[in-house]
Amino acid sequence: MKKSYVIEVDCANCANLMEDAANKTEGIKSAAVNFMTQKMLVEFEEGADEKATMKKVLKNCRKVEDDCNIEF
Amino acid sequence: MNKKQKKMLIRIIISSVLMVLLFFAYRILGPADKPYSLGFIKEPFWFILYMIPYIIIGYDIFKKAFKGIIKLRPFDENFLMAVATIGAIVLALIKKSGDYTDAIAVMLFYQVGELFQSYAVGKSRKNISSLMDIRPDYANVERDGRIEKVSPDEVSVSDVITVYPGEKIPIDGIIEEGNSTLNTSALTGESLPKDVSAGDEVISGCINLTGVLKIRTTKEFGESTVSKILELVESSSSNKSRSEAFISKFAKIYTPAVVISALCLAILPPLFMLVIGKTPEWPEWIYRALTFLVISCPCALVISIPLSFFAGLGGASKEGILIKGSNYLESLSKTKYVVFDKTGTLTKGVFNVNCVHHNTIDEEKLLEYAAHCESASSHPISISLKNAYGKEIDESRVSEIKEISGHGITAKVDEIKIAAGNEKLMESLGLEYKSCHKNGTIVHMAVGDEYAGHIVISDEVKPDSKEAIEKLKKVGVKKTVMLTGDLEKVGKVVADSLGVDEVYGNLLPADKVAKVEDLINNKGRKEVLAFAGDGINDAPVLARADIGIAMGALGSDAAIEAADVVLMDDNPVKIAQAIKISRKCIRIVYENICFALIIKFACLILGAFGIANMWVAIFADVGVMVIAVLNAIRALNTKNTL
Repeated sequence: MKKSYVIEVDCANCANLMEDAANKTEGIKSAAVNFMTQKMLVEFEEGADEKATMKKVLKNCRKVEDDCNIEF
Repeated sequence: MNKKQKKMLIRIIISSVLMVLLFFAYRILGPADKPYSLGFIKEPFWFILYMIPYIIIGYDIFKKAFKGIIKLRPFDENFLMAVATIGAIVLALIKKSGDYTDAIAVMLFYQVGELFQSYAVGKSRKNISSLMDIRPDYANVERDGRIEKVSPDEVSVSDVITVYPGEKIPIDGIIEEGNSTLNTSALTGESLPKDVSAGDEVISGCINLTGVLKIRTTKEFGESTVSKILELVESSSSNKSRSEAFISKFAKIYTPAVVISALCLAILPPLFMLVIGKTPEWPEWIYRALTFLVISCPCALVISIPLSFFAGLGGASKEGILIKGSNYLESLSKTKYVVFDKTGTLTKGVFNVNCVHHNTIDEEKLLEYAAHCESASSHPISISLKNAYGKEIDESRVSEIKEISGHGITAKVDEIKIAAGNEKLMESLGLEYKSCHKNGTIVHMAVGDEYAGHIVISDEVKPDSKEAIEKLKKVGVKKTVMLTGDLEKVGKVVADSLGVDEVYGNLLPADKVAKVEDLINNKGRKEVLAFAGDGINDAPVLARADIGIAMGALGSDAAIEAADVVLMDDNPVKIAQAIKISRKCIRIVYENICFALIIKFACLILGAFGIANMWVAIFADVGVMVIAVLNAIRALNTKNTL
């Protein structure tokens, strides 16, 4: 399953860090952050619960960049 | 500017005014040993005064740096800025130079850079998204005699929606009622409005200009053109190019490397001096190391490279060229071979009466007979004859229609025996006919019992095809190849008239894939082969080529899926334009990479030798970033690419 989310992030480097953090999150097959469009494109692993996984993603992203936000 | 940016701007203005005032005040009122100075105010008051603008401009940096330390992320740019400026102030205190301007200026310029970057990025994001602002917000549906605005999602197939002038068509459909002109420029880049009337198919995303339209929907919103395009555009930049991957890897190494070099620079040379028995000059070397830290942020690269690609993709979509990712933009710029499908790509794919030869009666009359004779048939050839005749067909004039499969049609029009068909038909009627030197499908005509000439029907070459091939040659494409399912002879004539280098005819769709594979195997490793087709049965070839370009693909989902580049209209000139746009974008990317790296390394070296001070360093950081961002935005401009 692929979904795109609106995100808020201030700097391009932070966006890269968020991408790394999201990719390391459990239940995420791959994630790509687009700083320019302020979007995160996420591919979930099979059977992963969307809401719960995104909560974890946000938590991990906040660890690297506490200013960021993901709308889900 | 948003609230955050405005607040930052005010902070920058206040602290820079304070800094300038202090700078002059120090000269006049500062320590008595300086010329023109009255020596009214002494240390540590200067230190306290200078700290006011420093804290106004830098407090958020310290906050973020502190958070960074707690999270054990030492190479955070805020942390580096904090260390560099605090270090500079401490040095000024130790040296008793009273020179705190350095630290404030570094912080100030850093914040100016950040502000500029967020403003520029926000601005270009807005620019580009307004280009692609085709998302309809609502649909007007009639319910209980009243027209209601509902979300496009809620409209089901074959509902009737009303579109008023000035509104976007929200869902694909067929016009039930009304005439209007549509602005399709958001979809096709074509600025000429299109006239539509009842019975015409319309696609979502067009803007209704003049009349009220009632449209019966043929698709759901999610399946409509506008949704497909938005999906394509929004996911486009997740395919990252090699340059972007390089930069994000580089950024990960660059900052730690510079920080470690800074540490070495601060410690090793003074230690060496101590060992050989000279004065170590700690403050000097620490100052040089701090200069290093200021240059250590890879911002210019990290921001400008994705911004260049983003602007390039945006500029292309402004021209009706949708590119699915910056990696495709990158390979598009290396295109050396362009392979075309003939029908629908270089030719219109619509059969037209080309000319009438050897006619014994008036051309108009001959077409009239032909059209009537073929009136009952829906074969493309018959349709083209009817179109050429152009007037209403009076079926009561026609009788005894006989369709002879593989030969043609015989009928009586106005009680005159008419035969229209190929050479075999003429032979079976025992008539002598004149064969044609022209290309295309020949319809021989017999009127009464006599040969009356023939009509040549052929697929028309698009008016822009020749120009398209010329432009491709101009942008450095080595070879153009045309593949066609038609006879090789027919293909050859078209190819020669257009200047295409090679033609292969009689190809089935599978043969086209094989041919493209052949060409791919024979090209150089760094050369890219692009295939352009109209997408109707080209999906496998589009997928196989290095770059698949689908033309006029609106409505053909398979082609949009398979292609890497989608041209919204079917003008082949756009292929050369797409290549040009990609080249420009890639050139800007390389300019930025080289420019940023050269300046940064030059400043690092100068800094290490003590030639460049912190002012130069902050230019290397912020100045380069500003210039690179401005350069990146150039990719949005697509003038002179056609």
